[in-house]
Amino acid sequence: MAQTVFAPWTDPDQKPIIEFRNVTKSFGDFTAIHDLSLNIYEREFFALLGPSGCGKTTMMRMLAGFETATSGDIYLSGKDIGHVPPNQRPVNMMFQSYALFPHLSVWDNIAFGLRRESKDKAFIGDRVEEMLRLTRLTKFAKRKPHQISGGQRQRVALARSLAKAPKLLLLDEPLGALDRKLREQTQFELMDIQEKTGTTFVIVTHDQEEAMTVASRIAVMDEGNLVQVATPAEIYEAPNSVYVADFIGDVNIIEGRATQPGTKTGIAWAEGQPPILATPAKSVEAGQSVHFAIRPEKVTIDVERPDRPNTFRGKVIDIAYLGNISTYHVELAGGQMIKAQMVNARRLANRHITWEDEVWVGFTDTAGVVLEE
Amino acid sequence: MRRFVLIAIPYLWLLALFLVPFLIVLKISLSDIALSRPPYAPQLDLAAGWEGLKSFFSELDFENFTFLTTDDLYWKAYLSSLKIAAISTALTLCVGYPVAYAMARAPEEWRPTLLMLVILPFWTSFLIRVYSWMGILSNEGVLNQVLLWLGIIDTPLQIMNTTTAVYIGVVYTYLPFMILPIYSALEKLDGSLLEAAEDLGCSRLEAFWLVTWPLSRNGIIAGCFLVFIPTLGEFVIPSLLGGSDTLMIGKVLWEEFFSNRDWPVASAVAVVLLLILIIPIILFQRNEQKQREAEG
Repeated sequence: MAQTVFAPWTDPDQKPIIEFRNVTKSFGDFTAIHDLSLNIYEREFFALLGPSGCGKTTMMRMLAGFETATSGDIYLSGKDIGHVPPNQRPVNMMFQSYALFPHLSVWDNIAFGLRRESKDKAFIGDRVEEMLRLTRLTKFAKRKPHQISGGQRQRVALARSLAKAPKLLLLDEPLGALDRKLREQTQFELMDIQEKTGTTFVIVTHDQEEAMTVASRIAVMDEGNLVQVATPAEIYEAPNSVYVADFIGDVNIIEGRATQPGTKTGIAWAEGQPPILATPAKSVEAGQSVHFAIRPEKVTIDVERPDRPNTFRGKVIDIAYLGNISTYHVELAGGQMIKAQMVNARRLANRHITWEDEVWVGFTDTAGVVLEE
Repeated sequence: MRRFVLIAIPYLWLLALFLVPFLIVLKISLSDIALSRPPYAPQLDLAAGWEGLKSFFSELDFENFTFLTTDDLYWKAYLSSLKIAAISTALTLCVGYPVAYAMARAPEEWRPTLLMLVILPFWTSFLIRVYSWMGILSNEGVLNQVLLWLGIIDTPLQIMNTTTAVYIGVVYTYLPFMILPIYSALEKLDGSLLEAAEDLGCSRLEAFWLVTWPLSRNGIIAGCFLVFIPTLGEFVIPSLLGGSDTLMIGKVLWEEFFSNRDWPVASAVAVVLLLILIIPIILFQRNEQKQREAEG
C-alpha cells in the first residue's frame, strides 16, 4: 500500500505554522536578512542550510525571540510574534553548545521548563520520565552534565527542549559536536523522535549531508537571501542556480551558449566540439549564456565510445579511489575538466582505466540541468 | 620522588611560616606573665637536659584561657567582632556583586581596564587611604560640608568614631577581594545558559536566580571568606575610624600586647581567634567534599 506523500507545501488550503513576511534584519549597517518571506508547515522537518554568516542562525534566533526583525512580521500559527519575549513563546530551542545547566542533574535540567509553568509535581515527574525514556537516558537521570558523554548531553538537550511539548522546536547545529558515526546514528534518532512527537522541527546546519538526511524541505541560504526552498531530492536533482548546485554535493559546471531556443537545446561549450545536448526546464533563447550542471555520478566513463546522446573524448588526469566508488577527473578538449563517478562493482585488479588513458565520457540529454545566471 | 618534592615545597613553606609561628604563639599562651625579657615564663632551657624539659612542661597551663572566660570584655569583643565582620561581609557582597556582574557583562575590550581600576587602590598605602576616609567622614569633613552646602542637613552628621564609619572603611578596603572572585566566576558563565533559561520560560530575574546566582556561588563563597577573615581580626580600621565605641578583638589583642605587655593573655586571645576562624572553614570544606563525593 502506498503511503500518502507528506507535502503540505503543495496544498494551497494548508495554513503554514510559521510565516516570515518580508522580514529584514540589520545589525548596524550590516543586513543579515534581506526582505525574506518563507512558510513552514506543521510537522515539517525544515532545514536552514548555508555557509556560516548566511543568516540562518539569525532566522532561528528571531523564531526563538532572541532577535527582533528590523522590518516585516513573523507569524506563528497565524499570530504575530514579533514582540513576544522568548519566555512566552510556545517555541523551544536546542542550543549548539547544548547550554545544559551544569549545577543541575539531568533530571532537573529536563524538568526546568516544566517547573516554570508551575505544573503539579506528579505531572512534571511523569513528563520527565517520558522524556528520559524517549531519549534513552533513564539510567543517567541523577548525573550532572559533566558526568555524561557528548552524545548523552546532546540527548539531554533534546529532551529538555521537547519536555514542554513546544509547537516548534529549533535545533541550532545540533549534531556539530558529535563524531561522524554518532552523528549519522543521531540523525535517524532525531527523525524518529520528530515523527513520534509530531513536533515541527526547524534545524540550522551548514552540513548539507545532514540537511539532506533529516529534512522534509531545505532552504538554501546565501548572504541573507533564500536561494532555493525545496525537498532534498529537488535541491539535488534540480538546483535553481549555480550556487545551490555547487553548495549541495559534487557537481561539474560547464559554461556555454545555447544553440537553439526552447526546451531542447545544444550548448556550445568549446571550439570544434559537438554541443552538449540538454533539456532546460525553462525555455532558453538562442545565444543565451548558460551554465550546464551535471552530477559526477551521472557521467559514465568508457574505453569504447558508448551509445549515449552526449559523448566526449578526454584523458584521465586523476583518480580518487574511495573504496565503494572512484571519481575520475577527465580533461576534455580545450582543457575543460569533468568528474565522472563510477561504482567499483569489480575488484581493483579487474578495472582497466588508469591514469593518462584516452577515454570517452558520456551522459544522457536529461542528466544535467541548464542554469541561467 | 619528584612528586614528593613538588608537594613538599608548599608544605615546608606552610610549616615554616604558619605552623612554627603558631606553635610559638600557642606556647606563649600557655605560659605565665613575667617581668623579664621576653616577658613570659617558663623559658625552654635545653642545657638542663631531661629534667629541664620536664619542669618546662609542668609549668605550662591553661590559666590564660580560663582568664578569658572570667572577664566579659573578651567574649563581648569576640561577639562584636563576629557581628561587625558578618555585617561588613554582607555589605561588601551587596556592593561587590553588582560591580562584578557589570564588569563581566561589559564589552570584552573594556574588561582589562575595569579590572585595573578595581586593583588600582592597592597602589596607595592602606594607611593613607584609611586616613583620607577620616578626612571625608569627620564632622568638618568633605561629606558633611557637601551635605550642609546642599542644604540636605542642618547639623553635621556624626559618622566618624561610630560603627558606621567602620563598615564604610571595611567595605571600601575589602571590596576588591569580593569583586575579583565573583567576577572570575561570572566571566566564565556561558551566555547561552541564560538564553536557554529564558527559552524554557524564565523571566530575566528568574534566570538570574536560577542560573547566574548558583553558578557564581563558588566566587561568592571565596569572596566572603576573603572579606570575613581579615575583617574579624581587623585592627587599623576600627581604631582609626571606629573610635572608642567600637569593640573589636583586634583592638583588644593590640592593647594586651602593647599597653598591658601581657603576652601570654594576648597569645591566648590570638589562639582563640584562630580557632573561631578555622572551625567554620573546616566544616565548610568537609561539607563541600561530601557533596562532591555524593555527586561522583
